[in-house]
Amino acid sequence: MSSVHVEALKKTYGAVHALDGLDMEVAPGTIFGFLGPNGAGKTTTLRILTGLARATSGVAQVAGLDVLKDPGKLSHHIGHLPEEPAFYGWMTPRDFLDYLGRLYGLSSSERLSRTRELLALVGMEDASKRRIAGFSRGMRQRLGVAAALIHHPEVLFLDEPASALDPSGRKEVLDLIGNLRGQCTVLMSTHILADVERVCDVVGIIAKGRMLVQSGREALLERYAIPAFEVEADDQAALSGWAEDLRRLPWVISIAPRNGAFRITVRDVQSAKQALLRLAVNSGVVLNRYEEVRPSLEDVFLQLVGSEGLA
Amino acid sequence: MNFMVVIRKEMQEQWRTYRFLIVAAVFAAFGLASPLLAKFTPEMLKAIPGVPPELLSAIPAPTVADAISQYVKNMSQFGILLALLVTMGVVVQEKERGTAAFFLTRPVSRETFLLAKFTALSVTFIASLALAAAGCSYYTLVLFSPLAWGPFLALNGLMLVVFLVYMALALLASTIARSNGAAVGLSFVALILVSGIGALPTIGEYLPGRLFSWGATLLLGGNGTAWPALGISLGIIAIALATACILFRRQEV
Repeated sequence: MSSVHVEALKKTYGAVHALDGLDMEVAPGTIFGFLGPNGAGKTTTLRILTGLARATSGVAQVAGLDVLKDPGKLSHHIGHLPEEPAFYGWMTPRDFLDYLGRLYGLSSSERLSRTRELLALVGMEDASKRRIAGFSRGMRQRLGVAAALIHHPEVLFLDEPASALDPSGRKEVLDLIGNLRGQCTVLMSTHILADVERVCDVVGIIAKGRMLVQSGREALLERYAIPAFEVEADDQAALSGWAEDLRRLPWVISIAPRNGAFRITVRDVQSAKQALLRLAVNSGVVLNRYEEVRPSLEDVFLQLVGSEGLA
Repeated sequence: MNFMVVIRKEMQEQWRTYRFLIVAAVFAAFGLASPLLAKFTPEMLKAIPGVPPELLSAIPAPTVADAISQYVKNMSQFGILLALLVTMGVVVQEKERGTAAFFLTRPVSRETFLLAKFTALSVTFIASLALAAAGCSYYTLVLFSPLAWGPFLALNGLMLVVFLVYMALALLASTIARSNGAAVGLSFVALILVSGIGALPTIGEYLPGRLFSWGATLLLGGNGTAWPALGISLGIIAIALATACILFRRQEV
């Protein structure tokens, strides 16, 4: 049984179709990266799956429970970290986690040990007695992760968990999420491809309220792999001229500048391998770097989202 | 579901955000000041230079009735204002800040979320009114004569019902509103409607404001009851809370 099962899910706000027949399947124990541009419907989906918003139509099940018919039963099965977790500023992290523990019916000793354990997990032992009102965004995010885990949820929903964090904060939060692999199912929405590449096993790409593709990360890269080469030279003018010549060749699909280099996407790898270096020598271009590159999730994302006219 | 856990948190919040202290201090101040003002207003007038002696001689000697009238007047103005001010932001601010969304994915039903707030605020007002009543009765005893406990308790009970009416209406406004400004506006519309209609001679007999005069009558003597006004006030509280719960259940937070 899937941890999350979504079928033909629709959500409209007046004339706006926030979700337009979304389908999604998340297997137990996976870290699912829910990827899409801003406004694609990620947060709306998470809000429906956590019972905060109602769908217009469709099927949404989490941990075997029908979210649309009985959202009240969900709370013991899910953990939720909103994009900007909000707390009562007068509480300390210790007060806060204790309060949540009480809500979930944990005994006094369970609350004490779980609070200690989670504060250690998110690296907040030193701040455990400070008022939350003075916390930075990163500290709030980490406390939000701890709060979402207090009751050992079966399914954890994380909405843009690392988007607003600095590099070290992002690493900490992503490492935390990665460590949850196998302990619970994680559905993490984000528009940051690097975060998905770093921790997610399965990727779902959403655009305009529809799931464009859902697949294992490696399978996705394999499926949408378009052979490409990257070349780099000191003489940018010569390199640009050579790139223009290459565009006319039948096995070249596209040539695009990328970080001071050129990425050459090709139809036929063998032809490209045989010809590229020879053509460079003939054109007098001195290459600093010549590399066959593996497609990234960003390439797949742009390919898919671009084909929907959203790029 | 988890009602007592949430109430406990709400009470802690009242304490740690000084809301309880502020309400208690204001109520205690007006409770203490009412008999003092009644007793010393004529003295203060005498101390003002230029007040005509005819006017001073026309002022009767203050009595317990003046102390109670002053108490009822203060409470009917500042108590109601405080009930609105303290309540009107409690739900909408949580919606704006995001704490409502954060907690409503926990085992907290929307009814619990609202009713725990109302209960905690009610406890704050009950305790504050008790302080005010204690202060008022003590100074009335010292400056005038002892109050009859039964009728004085009844007066305070009736005043509490009026405060609860305005708190329930402000909670409803806070639930309906999407912004703090809208909650403030709706709360004051409720105040103007209830107190404005209450000032009309016939219909006013049936509205919450009548409970103040009934309470004073119980203590100071006089005829007439206001059971319909009490019933309607309790009805307003129940309807406002039920409507808030129904609307909140339907709202997307």
